[in-house]
Amino acid sequence: MREALEGSQAVAKAVSLCKPDVVSAYPITPQTHIVENLSKLVADGDLHTEFVSVESEFSAASVVLGAAAAGARAYTASSSQGVLLMAEVLFNAAGMRIPLVMTVANRAVSAPLSIWNDHADSMAVRDSGWIQIHCENNQEAVDSSIQAFRITQETEIPVMVCMDGFILTHTMEVIDIPEQAMVDAWLPAFHFSRSLDPASPKSIGTLVTPEFFTEVRHSHHEAMRKSLSVIQDTDASWEKASGRACGGLLTVEGETDAKIGIIAMGSTVGTLREGHHRHPESGAAKLIKLRTFRPFPAEAIRQAVAGLDHLIVIDRALSPGLGGILGSEVAATLCGVENAPKLHNHVLGLGGRDIPETIYADLLASVEDPDIPAFSIFDNQPNKLAPEDR
Amino acid sequence: MAPDMNKLRDEQPRFCGLESGHRACQGCGEALAARLVMEGAGPDVMVANATGCLEVFTTAWPQSSWQVPWMHSLFENAPAIASGMDAAMKAKGKNTKVLAFGGDGSTYDIGFQALSGMLERHHNILYVCYDNEAYMNTGIQRSSSTPHAAATTTSPAGKESMGKRHLKKDMLSIIAAHHIPFAASASVAYPADLQRKVRYAMGIEGPTFLVVHSPCPLGWKHDSAATIEVARRAVECGLFPLVELERGTVANVMPIRNRRPVVDYLSLQGRFGHLFKAGDPRAEEERDHLQALADYNIETYGLSGQTDDNLDTTGAGIVRRGGGGA
Repeated sequence: MREALEGSQAVAKAVSLCKPDVVSAYPITPQTHIVENLSKLVADGDLHTEFVSVESEFSAASVVLGAAAAGARAYTASSSQGVLLMAEVLFNAAGMRIPLVMTVANRAVSAPLSIWNDHADSMAVRDSGWIQIHCENNQEAVDSSIQAFRITQETEIPVMVCMDGFILTHTMEVIDIPEQAMVDAWLPAFHFSRSLDPASPKSIGTLVTPEFFTEVRHSHHEAMRKSLSVIQDTDASWEKASGRACGGLLTVEGETDAKIGIIAMGSTVGTLREGHHRHPESGAAKLIKLRTFRPFPAEAIRQAVAGLDHLIVIDRALSPGLGGILGSEVAATLCGVENAPKLHNHVLGLGGRDIPETIYADLLASVEDPDIPAFSIFDNQPNKLAPEDR
Repeated sequence: MAPDMNKLRDEQPRFCGLESGHRACQGCGEALAARLVMEGAGPDVMVANATGCLEVFTTAWPQSSWQVPWMHSLFENAPAIASGMDAAMKAKGKNTKVLAFGGDGSTYDIGFQALSGMLERHHNILYVCYDNEAYMNTGIQRSSSTPHAAATTTSPAGKESMGKRHLKKDMLSIIAAHHIPFAASASVAYPADLQRKVRYAMGIEGPTFLVVHSPCPLGWKHDSAATIEVARRAVECGLFPLVELERGTVANVMPIRNRRPVVDYLSLQGRFGHLFKAGDPRAEEERDHLQALADYNIETYGLSGQTDDNLDTTGAGIVRRGGGGA
């Protein structure tokens, strides 16, 4: 059914359609509306779940981890400082290969304190071993959330669905919320192969000596590589059921024979598309929407950039002292590739800095601009600070 | 013919949740306590175990001593992991009781917040703290449960120090402030009392808390054959009172029949060795200080044996070494 919904409300409805057994969360802006909406669904009797309102994000992540290990479909959501407080649990859950779904309402990480969007939070836990899927809009957030529950139980890898804080979470959009019967038919009942059960006792999370640690890590890495096809197949299956796909690993659009390409994640992609649409005179570009950041779809990226002279990589997070994170990973992916495009890595939209549609034209123009370096914080306005603070 | 009581006892089916063959040190109080708790709790349980000796010596993949579903996640989240397990059991309509285990470092210090949250949310969980009064797994560092004046590797005795300066945190009073149905202290020296408390807690729907005094021969520096004696003397001198609280109010205490001076307890342990250094005036002062703390406990909880004497030492005889099951 098509409804005008706030992003958070829509995600809450999508999660509710998946009938989680246990939901646990702690308030943090801009994630809070999601769990508020879930709490209301529980209070109104529309969702039968154990809602555990905890004393910290650290416990929220631990509660869903314990619940999933005990055989329950479990969900949590967080942002920013909350994600960082969870970090130890996130690594632990992935290392134990426990199926979980979590929404990250992406937000900058303090200091300086900012409640607004960038990707520093999910990037800080990119090596935790979770699958990380980014959403361009709220319809994708709904569809990807439902897909996440299927991906996680098929791969036994926890899945993080990332959506830009405020830009998506607090924006009203007309969204098609799937019918319950359709989701029931599409999403198998929760099953976890190693769930804790007194009838067949298992030990989970034991000490692992150097004799086996490497092999466990290798298995996790292999499982992540294999999950690339699970993510694609799940999206294709969802498209069959709902009529909508979210873009699998990545999608390519725009002028596919263009010589300039732009790769970005999340809501930035929508801004770039709109910029192109409204200002076609600014030039042609191939637009690559990277949906799946972990596992990193290196081969798909190599194929997508074939034939380009220039590739602009947009980062919404910064690794101070290095530069862009996605930029570095794309560079590594293209290392040694014959006729690889020249890379231009630009950081944009930190701490909620607005990314206007005109950015599309500015980015295309920058490719031939000798004053713009191969890496920049593109929307930095250093004159705002006193000279000694720049 | 009169029945052979020992044979009958051996034949008694006895659930062994923690099997023998693990890697605990000789005389480990925690290993004994955990086995006794598991026997009392029975098979229809699942365990959330904090990081610590208990987790380490009972596992190392692909081996495990646990005969019940068991999970170790992190140092500071066993109460929250257990909360999730409890929520899962509720969601699935199962009655499996959730146990959470932590040492004193996990319980008194790093996992304290998660424990408070678990109690406040009234989960159906028995939390057991195996209190050996320091971070033993990392090499005997002081915790907030380390008694005053005990030497550890981070509160060593020296020219400027008489061991830990601060007091042992009064955990039971903090637990009491949560007004949970049942909280108690127990000791490996009184196994029947310990198991009675476990069984009582198992029958309660809601959060319950048990702190078990568990000597660590390595950390306390006592003879590994003296674990039970050391634990018994801690109770008999009043430094580790055995009490029961219901809804935050003292409901029962184990009176002390043979009251001992604290020096009888302290002198068995190397961690208090500096309190017996001849000619050091500080040593006598600290011994007096600890005696005053014991006296305070005895007075506060009314342990002096004026009430009905239900002191229980009968269980000590049925503790078998090696964890041999039914």
